[in-house]
Parts: sequence; C-alpha cells; structure tokens
Amino acid sequence: MSRIGKIARRSFLIGSAAIVGGVAFGIYKINQPVKNPLTTGPGEAALNPFIFIDQNGVTIITPRAEMGQGTQTTLAALAAEELDLDWKDVRVLHGPPAAAYYNSAMLSSSLPFKEYAMSEFQHTLADQLSKAGKLIGLQITGGSTAMQDGFDRLRMAGASARETLILAASDRWGIATRKLRTENGAVIAPDGTSLRYEELAEQAAKTEVRQPELRDRSTWRYIGKSMPRLDQVAKVTGTAEFGLDVRREGMKFATVRMNPNLGAGMIRFDPAPALDMPGVEKVIDMGRGVAVVATNTWLAFRGAEAVEIEWEAAPYPPEQDGIWSAIDASFEGKPNSTLRDDGDIETPIEGSTTITAEYRVPFLAHATMEPQNATALYTGDELEMWCGNQAPTVVQARCAEAVGLEKEQVNLTTTFMGGAFGRRGEYDYAVYAALVAKEMQGTPVQVTWSREEDMTHDFYRPACIGRFTGAVKDGRAVQLAGAVAGPSVALGATQRLIGIKPSGPDLVHVEGAYDQPYDIPNYRITGHLTDVDLPIGFWRSVGASVNGFLHESFMDELAHAAGQDPLQFRLKLMRPVHAASAGCLDKVREMSDWTGQTPDGVGRGLAFSYSFGTPVAQVIEVVDEDGSIRINKAWIACDVGLALDPSIIEAQMFGALMYGLSAACFEEITFAGGAVEQQNFPDFDALRIHTAPQVEVAILENNAHMGGVGEPGTPPSMPALANALFDLTGIRARELPLSKAFDLLI
Amino acid sequence: MAIPLKINGETHQVDLPDDVPLLWVLRDEIGLTGTKYGCGVAACGACTVQIDGEAVRSCQVALSDVWGDVTTIEGLGTPDAMAKIQEAWVEHQVAQCGFCQSGQIMQAAALLAGNSSPTDAEIDDAMSGNLCRCGTYPRIRAAIQSASQKLQEA
Repeated sequence: MSRIGKIARRSFLIGSAAIVGGVAFGIYKINQPVKNPLTTGPGEAALNPFIFIDQNGVTIITPRAEMGQGTQTTLAALAAEELDLDWKDVRVLHGPPAAAYYNSAMLSSSLPFKEYAMSEFQHTLADQLSKAGKLIGLQITGGSTAMQDGFDRLRMAGASARETLILAASDRWGIATRKLRTENGAVIAPDGTSLRYEELAEQAAKTEVRQPELRDRSTWRYIGKSMPRLDQVAKVTGTAEFGLDVRREGMKFATVRMNPNLGAGMIRFDPAPALDMPGVEKVIDMGRGVAVVATNTWLAFRGAEAVEIEWEAAPYPPEQDGIWSAIDASFEGKPNSTLRDDGDIETPIEGSTTITAEYRVPFLAHATMEPQNATALYTGDELEMWCGNQAPTVVQARCAEAVGLEKEQVNLTTTFMGGAFGRRGEYDYAVYAALVAKEMQGTPVQVTWSREEDMTHDFYRPACIGRFTGAVKDGRAVQLAGAVAGPSVALGATQRLIGIKPSGPDLVHVEGAYDQPYDIPNYRITGHLTDVDLPIGFWRSVGASVNGFLHESFMDELAHAAGQDPLQFRLKLMRPVHAASAGCLDKVREMSDWTGQTPDGVGRGLAFSYSFGTPVAQVIEVVDEDGSIRINKAWIACDVGLALDPSIIEAQMFGALMYGLSAACFEEITFAGGAVEQQNFPDFDALRIHTAPQVEVAILENNAHMGGVGEPGTPPSMPALANALFDLTGIRARELPLSKAFDLLI
Repeated sequence: MAIPLKINGETHQVDLPDDVPLLWVLRDEIGLTGTKYGCGVAACGACTVQIDGEAVRSCQVALSDVWGDVTTIEGLGTPDAMAKIQEAWVEHQVAQCGFCQSGQIMQAAALLAGNSSPTDAEIDDAMSGNLCRCGTYPRIRAAIQSASQKLQEA
C-alpha cells in the first residue's frame, strides 16, 4: 500500500499524458459503431488515464471503487490482459474524482426498455445515451454496471499502453516494432534483451498513443479465469485501509448526533454536559444536530450522548401506521407509470380463475458493516478528504460547496469500503466531516457515526405495497395486473446526486416487475409514487428488491391457482420470450433435482428475476426442525452473458442472495414518534453462519449481452424463501420480514 | 495514571480513562486499526481479539479490565508472513468488503487453537456471533475446514 499511497499523494494530472516521473496512457477515442454527436465537444481529446507507470512499476487506476464486489480485481485483469503484466506485479488504485472516470453504462440502463427484449437498435440507442455520462462526469459505482462500462475501456487502455511501450522500445533499440514482443511487464527484443515498462515510461510519455486492435477472446489468459483477488492479503491481515482506518498526524476523533426526526432541525442545545466529560474538546452546531470532537472516538460517542438537545418535529407522518396510510392512499389517482400495458386486463376472460393479493415490504437500512465515516483536513484554501464512497465527483462537489471552496480545491482519496450496498452513493457523511474540519482548521478530524446513528440516519429502501390481480386458464396465466405504491428512490436520489429533478415515468420504481420475460397476453404494471418527505435511497438491487418479491410471490400464487408446478408454470411462459432466462430455470431444476415434490418437513420454493441485465433463478429449501424452520440450501443459476471472473461472480451471487434473505427473514425499519425504532444489530439482524444456507451457483453464458453481477442475486431470494415457506407450511406470507409469520431459526 | 497493556508481544503504557473499551484503545490510541468497530454492543464480532488466547469482543472490555496479553489480527500474521488460517482465507478468496474478516479470523483462530478439527456444528457454535453483511459464510466455513487440515498436517 505504501508505494501506491505515494503515487496517490503525488496527485497526478488528469487529462495530461506527461506526468512527472511517469506516464498515463488512455484512450483517444472510443471505438464507436455509430458516430456520436455527444462525444465531439471540446476537451474530448483528453486522455482517460487508467494506466500509470513510474519507475516503480505499473498501477492500474480503476474508475470504479472496491466495496467488496471484486471490481478492482476484474478491472485490473482487463487492462493487464492487454498490457501483458505478470499478475503478481499488478497494483491498483481508485481513480480520483474526475470526469474521465465517468460511468458509461449507468445512463443506458435508464431507458424504459425490457432489457431481455432489446433490439440491436435499442442497444445502439443505449450506447449513444451512455456517452452522456461522459459529459456530466457521472463517476458512480452502482447499478451493477462496472463491467459493461469497463470491459472495452480498460482493455483498450491496456492495449494502447502496450503499443506505446513497444514504440518507445523500438525507438530506443532501432528495431522494428513488429520484431518486438511483450511479456510480464517488459518489452523483449529478438535476441532476448528486455526492457521493463518502468524503464520505458519516460520515453513512452513523449510517444504518440495509438489504439491497436484488442486481443481475440481465444488468447485470453486472465479474462474469464478466477483471478486471485488483489485485496485478499490486505483484508486478512488487517492492513487494508478502510475509511475508518485513515490515520493522520495529530488527528482528532469526532462523531455526529443528528436529529432522529429525519431532516428536521434543532430548537436548542446545551453542550455543557459534554464539555465536562473527559477527552471532549469541542461541540459544533451542525444545524440539524451536533458534532463532538474528542481525543478518542468512544469519548466522542459518550460526549454526543451527553449533549442536551431539543429537536424539531419530523416533516413526515411520525408513526409507521401514518406512513402506511400515505402509501396506501397513493394507489388513488393516475399512476406515475404504466411501463407495461399489453392486451386487455380489464375484461374478464371466460372460464378463467381470478386471484388477487396484496403484499407489503418494509423500509430497510443498508447496515454496512463499516458505519458511515469520513476524515477531513481543512487548511483554508484546501480540503483534503478520505472516505469510502461510490460517487467521488459528487462527494467532491458537495464538500466543496459545504465549506465554500471550489471543487478543484478538494482532494478526495477513496478508500476501501466496508460494505456499501448503495449507502455510500450518498455524501452526507462526507459533508459532515468537511464541516467539522472547517471548524478545526489545520487539524485532521475523523468523523465516525455510531452504529445507532448509522441505522437511524440512513437513506432507506422504501416501504411499498403491491396489489396484484391475475387470472389463470388451462394451466396458464392469461392476465396479470400489478400496481406498486411507495416512495420513489429515483426522485430524491437523482436530485441529490446529479441536481436534476426527474419527471415522467419512474422506471426504477417498477423495475423487476414491468420488465420480466413472461408471455402473458394481458399484462399491465403500474407505478404509484408516495409523496412523503423521508430519506429514500438505493439499496442493493433497488426497485427490483421490492418488485422481485411482489411479482414472484404472485407468480407462485398464480401457479398454485392454476394447479401447476411453479417451475413448469414459469417455464412455459418464459421459453417463447427469452431463451437465456428459460435456460436459468432449466439449470436450477437440474441442479436442485427439482421434482415439485418434497418429503414431509421439507419445503422448496422457486423464484426468478431479470435485473441489471442478468436473469437469475433460485431454488431455496427449508426444513422444519422441531418447529423451528432452517434455510437449508440454495441453488442459484444465473446467465451473465460473458463471465469475466467465475469466482467473483459466484461470490456476488451467493452474497446477494444472503443479503436478500437477511432482509426477508429479519429486517424492517419502522418509525415511531418520528424516529427510526431499530438502533443496532440486535433489532436489525442478518443471516449468520448457522442460519445461512449452503449454496450452489451455476454461471451460464448464453445471454446475448454481458449483464451485471453485484445485484441480480438479491431480488429472487426473498420470494424464493417465501414460496418455500408456503410449500412447507401452506401459509402464504404476503408481508416481510417473514419472522413475523414463521418461527425461523435465529 | 498510565495502564500497561501487552499487545502482540509489545508493552504499551496507555493513558486514557479506565472505562474506555479495549477496541478504542487499540484503534485510536495504539493505532492498530485491523480490529474493527461494527456495533459497540457485542452483536457483530468485528472487534474480536484474543486475550490470553480467548476470543473476546474488544468493544466490551474496559481498559482497566484487560486481564492478559492481547493478540490482534496484526499479531496473528503479516502480509509477508501470514498465519496458516490467513493463508486458508486467501486460498478460499473469502473476503468481499473484508470489514468483518479480522474478527472472523480471530474468532476462528481461537476455535482451532482449542479444537483442531471442529465439526460443522462446532464451527456454527463458535462463529455465530460474527456477522458478515456480504454473506461470505460458505467460504468462511470452507476456509476453517481447510485451515484445520493444514494445522493437522503441520
């Protein structure tokens, strides 16, 4: 870490090829099948610096951040593949905030198309839209997009760097480039003489960058293999630096205590009791709460508890019942979206059986293992920041605004994240640290939230109600109408992150419901937004985390109403629409030896969800052990189109399932007296080693386009479990968490 | 008055109030940040260290109550000289975000020190207090079994 740390502190220049002591390679232009008017503006010749070489070696600068999903390892593999690096020499560093690290895949997923059914024309349109990400510098790790974004870019960066190094060696030796080859970080002459890349770096900086062809898939050595993750040794020896682990000379330790009535201010506060406590040095008025600066984080926590504060009231219904009423009321009136409206769902179909169901899912906290935190040093004309975050350009801009500096005066280092799941796409924790640092000019300050503060001041996955009606006839679904009501994730988050108030249909609100590959002739999905002033945010798989449960619970109910095996029922509807999705059902049937029958005391449930470009089918098995129900086993079949790293994909698939099952079993956030009731893990528990299922994952590559892997495993997990519990007990739970209706092993 | 603490074989004089938890002594005073803060109420295990070989939640042990020699993840092994159990964790590519893994490893190391070939049920019993929000449990189990093999072969 130390060498990379030095590189980071050297603060290399973005958009310039020449760097003191090194060279950055990038792409002059993106290979575009269709000319894109959005990419021809001024400044477009600026390099995208992904590869940094100095006298010490090669560092791959990753545009996306490591929050556990393995993104740095695979992004590095893409570049190293083309650059011919020895894997043991590969070093990575998070990209600093810069438009050059825009995420091209983030916006293209915002088109209201059913991904599984997109035509080539629609894919081209999505490609075009993706260039807009470049213009607004959307440097975001999220939406399971890192590989769709990075697959070409990192390989091109590696290839152009290699080509340039060969040119430099050719000049040095006076040997034609075609006679030179590269291997393990060196250019090699016909007589075996070699020059390390680092020896060629300075000369390469003066060499014009060319963009060669990319290597053929058949020659890949790293891509498609399970590479040893670059973060493993650091993470098992306690040497990985998370935001909480940043240490600076003379640093103070602080915490915040903000109004539990979210978004409301303070009427008055008295810092005196805190200032009397050992180690407490300062209490800062933060407007909606206080910060306490101390010599030790724990002493700061104690001090914050001691401050006497009178809070303003919440700007939303203070009790959970009131919030549910508001959500319920939003079904009335015109829907915000009707993104699927096939056939006729109004006219009853003769001879069909109609069923209806209403589902409820709660607010959820992210509960990352590492509580929110950031470290900052304000010196008057500069703000130095260190924190884990999913959106560096946003963090930089908001912190600059907060302390009255230009964003160029804010240097942000992105550390490892101890989990994110969408939470670290926000910037509140960073702004608090910036504000505290401004009050402590010249002294570095680390602001750590207590777990209680973290859980009660989140941007929550919205609570939602789903109302579904459907009809079955001759063993098939012939009508399905689903309506989803709840607060919008996209409305608030888009304003916070990009400063744009979106209008029109909220796609995120109904994703996972309107875009599923089922051949149902009469099929309508509507979204209804609830206007409550609550902090709502991105939670792993976002809208699909809600709609996966609603849609797939209802599909299961339809299958039973039709007297069909739930797997066969889905397969018949799916096969004509999307072969790769049907392939996941076939695979999970084979893996789990699904027969539709289970012995007494054993239940099995199936669910399917197509999200973030990846279809995923899951079977979950539950067993009754003396009245207590244990989740025994889970089988997962996913189709990612192209599997860049099987071990990482497997880990993301079962990890996403565990994250979903934790929520499905135990988790809910509720409000009372305006505040969140759950404070810490005892009130908001997750699966643990003894309650987690055994898992088996199959990775297929039949889908036409590469899909995401970080999120698609979450949506089907919750309905698969509920469907398994129905199979075991005959009780249909239409509300999460399931621990309310079942005696689950804890 | 300074309190002496022996941590990873080295003695430190700590001048903090008696009731400051060992976790915050390690992290904010000694600078050993491998031990993590997750909950502060002994519900997640991220802060697990060993005192005289016993796995304990360092967020619950007051400075003045530390009864023996403290071993943290940094004392178990280093990147250049990892302990067998750390090698097993790497072999199985266990860590995702990695924030809980110091605690998981310290807990597992204590288990294996007292029981070199634990059954699945014994692994469950020992590890159920260690939360992992990334859900790495299948690989944690595999790594413990693998480390158990390595220890028996050694």
